[in-house]
Amino acid sequence: MIEIIVPGPYATVQDLGRPGYAHLGVPRSGAADLESLKLANRLVGNPEGLAGVELTLGSARLRFLRGAWAALAGAPVPVSGPARGAGMGVPFWVPAGAELRLGLPARGLRTYLAVRGGIAVEPVLGSRSTDSLSGLGPEPLRAGARLPVGPAAGVIAADVAPLPEPGPAVLRLLPGPRDDWFVPEALEELCASPYAVTQDSNRVGVRLRGPELVRAKDGELPSEGMVTGAVQVPPSGQPIVFLADHPPTGGYPVIGVVRAADLGVAAQLRPGDEVRFSTRLRA
Amino acid sequence: MIRLAGEHGLLVETGSLELSHRMDAALRRERPDRVEEIVPGPDTVLVVAPGGDRERLRARLERLLARERDRSLAAEPAAAAPVVTIPVVYDGADLEPVAELAGCGVDEVIARHAGRELVVGWLGFAPGFAYLTGLDPVLRVPRLDTPRTSVPAGSVAVAGPYSAVYPTASPGGWRLLGRTELRVWDVAADPPSLFRPGTRVRFEPA
Repeated sequence: MIEIIVPGPYATVQDLGRPGYAHLGVPRSGAADLESLKLANRLVGNPEGLAGVELTLGSARLRFLRGAWAALAGAPVPVSGPARGAGMGVPFWVPAGAELRLGLPARGLRTYLAVRGGIAVEPVLGSRSTDSLSGLGPEPLRAGARLPVGPAAGVIAADVAPLPEPGPAVLRLLPGPRDDWFVPEALEELCASPYAVTQDSNRVGVRLRGPELVRAKDGELPSEGMVTGAVQVPPSGQPIVFLADHPPTGGYPVIGVVRAADLGVAAQLRPGDEVRFSTRLRA
Repeated sequence: MIRLAGEHGLLVETGSLELSHRMDAALRRERPDRVEEIVPGPDTVLVVAPGGDRERLRARLERLLARERDRSLAAEPAAAAPVVTIPVVYDGADLEPVAELAGCGVDEVIARHAGRELVVGWLGFAPGFAYLTGLDPVLRVPRLDTPRTSVPAGSVAVAGPYSAVYPTASPGGWRLLGRTELRVWDVAADPPSLFRPGTRVRFEPA
């Protein structure tokens, strides 16, 4: 059992989400930065899909009521507390009763804490993820919440994993499916200069401010299925990159879709960051 | 036409809700390899297949689309979709305003709402929230100017060309005609939703 003493600005339980229900109006949800959750799980010998804690801007304190192996990946946070050798990208032992203190990340937005055995809250539709859009899954974590830990299985095979070096924030995208709803220069415009990440970004999407993308077609697009990474453009002309909790259908045209490999980059953008788009395959 | 929706998605343009439903049914019956999501909309079906061979899938979808379009043109009936009957207590807060907007009496609103079969077009807005198509044109009324902050689960409502049953309590701007005890959404059930695209629905005064 893990007790949340301070959850930080926003913390949730996340696994790989609940695919297969989009036609019933259920977002996929799951970790916004899937690769970081998977890495944290691998470090403690878990299957990649077990649930962990997704912290937003760190700043959390968690008490381990029983000793457990833990690991952190994603946005690098300073770690303190009586856990020996604790840090990013390494498995470390947290003794029973110890408090793990995580600071503010120097860069990036979301940090993933995996615990050997996984967070074992009750699954909903096959997933333990909190879906911030529709409210499925466990409540966002509050002070005093207690998280059960599942039984450990498998072996801890890794002792350290290099954290990816931060590169320039570039999101590579595939044009479409509705790039023809914009003037022919719009894609070029989108890629020409950086966009700023705004305060109202969340797990639904990264809202951006920058050059306005101009529509060629007026009128409304009938509601259609949306994929994660879709760059949706509302009438303001300011793009939104859809993350894990995006609505399964939407009515604004999608000018392009961010490549799956860059979704983690999108998930780590924080308000005030600048990001560029590229239609080239290599950033 | 089939459009790219990222590396793993293909957006099939069907041009009609009826063909979207036929494609949806065919894809669920003959699910191609690695297909994870099939999301029908009024004019499209989104197919998401992570890690699959996109060009092969595209060719398959093109064949399926041509086949289902031919069947549709030949007026071959689609596979029978389930019918759900929904008992409604018609005592909604907006029943009288709707009657006024429709230019008829409350009894006629009820008779027109319960008097025909609707079809689930697609789901969205919230889990289990189904856009029911085929509403009597007389009942087409605009949404409220100011949405309610909370609409109780089971509320039966209309807005524009659609009717809906609120699956869970949520904010909402549709006009409330009544309520049903029937649970249309239950995460403990399999499937969790009483509705899926294509489901036929009949309201019935309780």
